[in-house]
Amino acid sequence: MQCAMKYRLETVGIDVLLVRLFEHIDEENIPWLLAAASRLRGAFGQQLIDLVPSYTTLMLHYDIQRLDDRDARLRVQQALQDLQPEQGETAGQRHELPVWYHTSVGPDLVQLARAKGITEQALVKAHCARDYRVFALGFAPGFAYLGLLDPQLAAPRLATPRKRVPAGSVGIAEQQTAVYPSVSPGGWNLLGRTAVRLFDPARDGYSLLKPGDSVRFVAIERSEFLRQGGDDTPLEPEA
Amino acid sequence: MSGLRVERTLGLAQLQDCGRFGTRHIGVTQGGALDWIAAAWANRLLGNTADCAVLEIPFGGVTLLCQQRSTLAITGGDLQATLDGQPLANWQSFTVRPGQQLVFATPASGARGYLAAPGGMDAPLLLGSRSTVRREQLGGLHGDGEALRVGDLLTIGSSTPAPAHVPELHRLASAATSRLDLVVGSQIALFSGRSLFAAFNEPWQVDQRADRMGLRLCGPALHYQGQPMISEGIPLGAVQVPPDGQPIILLNDRQTIGGYPRLGALTPASVARLAQCAPGDTLWLRPVPLERALREQREILDALVNAPLVRLP
Repeated sequence: MQCAMKYRLETVGIDVLLVRLFEHIDEENIPWLLAAASRLRGAFGQQLIDLVPSYTTLMLHYDIQRLDDRDARLRVQQALQDLQPEQGETAGQRHELPVWYHTSVGPDLVQLARAKGITEQALVKAHCARDYRVFALGFAPGFAYLGLLDPQLAAPRLATPRKRVPAGSVGIAEQQTAVYPSVSPGGWNLLGRTAVRLFDPARDGYSLLKPGDSVRFVAIERSEFLRQGGDDTPLEPEA
Repeated sequence: MSGLRVERTLGLAQLQDCGRFGTRHIGVTQGGALDWIAAAWANRLLGNTADCAVLEIPFGGVTLLCQQRSTLAITGGDLQATLDGQPLANWQSFTVRPGQQLVFATPASGARGYLAAPGGMDAPLLLGSRSTVRREQLGGLHGDGEALRVGDLLTIGSSTPAPAHVPELHRLASAATSRLDLVVGSQIALFSGRSLFAAFNEPWQVDQRADRMGLRLCGPALHYQGQPMISEGIPLGAVQVPPDGQPIILLNDRQTIGGYPRLGALTPASVARLAQCAPGDTLWLRPVPLERALREQREILDALVNAPLVRLP
């Protein structure tokens, strides 16, 4: 299907353009955003300083010592001509993330199951029942916003964020789910913990998850979590 | 042991370079010296490459013991620096001998001073940068994102380029200016007319809530009348307006994406000026055409490379 992708090109800084492709969050956006990102990387080459994809947009930070606003706009227009969505292997990697779902490391598990009127087992099963796509990374290095959740699992953020959420914590907020790559404050409902390192300065590419990747959570026992090097220190209630 | 030994610090002084690039798509912030112009001049005074790490010293309170011979350079906010009790002129390089004590007191003007050393301050290169980002536990002297601590040793080069100073014309931080230039952004038309008039005609005060992520301004409440936004990439200097109507200017350590509407983004030169403001300072926002902002930026970049330094006798 031949389809001319419509987009808006906005100047958002003296050396920054924003390509606005969509108006709403939708998994269908992802192949288009990946294709556009890959074209733009190719078109800007060494003149690209950073490219920040998000749910509906791509932000381009380029080198104004070598390009001006007009040239940069022209380059975007040429790169996005006859854009086609990415397919196959280029459309992101698939990851399985083993998670120990337990109230000691996922202190909102019981409360959330009760609020949904289902058992904890059913909640875990539902969380593991589908592949989630990486819409964007942000908040912290390697923190991937994954979605969309089964609407039945959606839950508002905690009224009071926790001051300290341990690395590997798996949480839910609204219709998204995520893993905290490092210890940080956080307001998501926590269900469990993974031993997998999501961000590692020594790893090629640093972040396990990239925009467009997909993730399936797999429930494991505590013994397996420990064998994988997980830290089972319970999350203390905060004062 | 040679180098510079940290004898006193307020816990804010940290290594910064031009920033971390090519990794914002995985959630890693930009980082880098807030007053990038002053930091670049400090490197230029010593003939360093532009990517050398310097020490960013907010609000002074730092004492260093020199344990080797070297030439150092100070620029940016005037922290009333002294060497063995003798006042040092700002925006210049100077030689130090082992045993001498370099003290950064309190700001006489500006807020952040920069100290450069030949070849840059040594630190592990992480994701292509030495910039310290505490929130990301990344960069800095030990690579763990921490600021300098008492007892730390800064490893520096020992070359002694001839002392020089930066021509007066280029000392932006010392030019007492409270005007910040802004290139308006896509949501500008979605603020009420009254809010826009207020934004660009009434004074703003720098709030206490200010750090390397962002700086809050206090003034008239600005009303955004558009739809809620979906998170998108945030440029340096973005002036975002959360629901309380008080703008936050996002700086080098900002989160990579966010969903508040924005008036626009400060020019990089204005971000550098803002870095020299302290809580309580009064500021004015002024919209400028993109062409003018680009011309100013190119002039600054050109001067940083080509403007002749003034050699000292």
